[in-house]
Amino acid sequence: MERDPIVLAERALGGHQGAGARLIRMLEEGDEGATEGLRAVLPSAGRAHLLGVTGPPGAGKSTLVDRMAAEYRRRGSRVGIIAVDPSSPFTGGAVLGDRVRMHDHAADPGVFIRSMATRGQLGGLARATFEATTVLDAMGYDVVLIETVGVGQDEVDVADLAHTTVVVSIPGMGDDVQAIKAGILEIADLFVVNKADLPGADRVAKHIGAALHMRAAPIDAWQPPILMTEAERAGGIVDVIDGIDAHRAHLRSSGGLDRKVIRRRERVFHDVLRERAAARALACAPRQGAEILSAMRSGELDPYTAVEALLGVEA
Amino acid sequence: MANRKIRVLLAKLGLDSHTVGITVIAGALRDAGMEVIYTGLRQTPDMVVQAAVQEDADVIGISSLSGAQMQHIPKLLDRLRSAEADDKLVVVGGVIPDEDAAELKAAGVDEVFTMGARTEDIATFIRTWWEAERR
Repeated sequence: MERDPIVLAERALGGHQGAGARLIRMLEEGDEGATEGLRAVLPSAGRAHLLGVTGPPGAGKSTLVDRMAAEYRRRGSRVGIIAVDPSSPFTGGAVLGDRVRMHDHAADPGVFIRSMATRGQLGGLARATFEATTVLDAMGYDVVLIETVGVGQDEVDVADLAHTTVVVSIPGMGDDVQAIKAGILEIADLFVVNKADLPGADRVAKHIGAALHMRAAPIDAWQPPILMTEAERAGGIVDVIDGIDAHRAHLRSSGGLDRKVIRRRERVFHDVLRERAAARALACAPRQGAEILSAMRSGELDPYTAVEALLGVEA
Repeated sequence: MANRKIRVLLAKLGLDSHTVGITVIAGALRDAGMEVIYTGLRQTPDMVVQAAVQEDADVIGISSLSGAQMQHIPKLLDRLRSAEADDKLVVVGGVIPDEDAAELKAAGVDEVFTMGARTEDIATFIRTWWEAERR
């Protein structure tokens, strides 16, 4: 198959799913030419609403995303989905199983689902999640849902990426203090208490509400709603989508959208700078680089001094 | 390009509900360093093709334990061709009689693994093909 990023970009913009998928693949692999393809689709991006869905493992994120996609389809939107699952830290392999819960869209060309493995990335997203959402956005998907890996307390990267972040909780996840930890609480634009038919769901909602009262008021003064769902039987989904629409309208009228866009740009800039600068520093003096690395491994140089030594090498 | 990974889509077609084999394979291929996209039960050929295209899978693995392989797999190969996605490796595993295996291979399936096949051999087969075709 084609691997010319410009050709892939053109075909992806023309609606060819295979071309879009290959471009995402090359970006994920860190292919050197792929950035050119990304640059070619960039002018067409910026129209989609980017929607993060995050929460602990087993909260029902995949099922919720599936039902949300179905509701968006009913409303006439085309939907992109990026579903992130963890890579094995030992073999680098992964089993990406989110499609199992998304069968209803498996033959619908109006839904583009891409499973991504974290490949060692922390923070709840995969290495090229930002780039993948940009490609789907440029291909004309009206909404791009990003499902993070099952997260704990501090995997909040999705908030740098999404316009609206949905935090999913379920009853029975531990004591009440869990609900007021910083991080996860602060990134939520909407709270969803899923599996609301289980005992304790009301208590979860109540504790989130109480914690919200205690937090520092956000700049744009949006009050995150707390919504109850039973994703398995699609209960409460209409309210979730309405809530997202309301948040989107608020972002537009308050100028919050511009702030999110700037935050996303800054994040991408710093990520790419860190990655490229590191690669360049290691590549510009391969021989000295290898020597410094081996001195660092043996303990002759501590890691801090080794970095200074590497950066001090003249190309 | 240090970051290249083999992507394998695993699926079961039709009304075949035996999941032990495919789950074992998924784990074995993950342990062999591959990214396995597990799509689960009751897939149609069209669903598998769309998933394989969107996921840019290099390999499609179909597990068949219901005896209906001759009904579904030729259709899948057909759909792959019309989607211009027939450059992917297609492997089939499960309870497949020899005459079916021969017919499937003649129709375009790259390899058939029957009961008793070792998971390491399946991983090696995939990796060998990938090194030759995709590297």
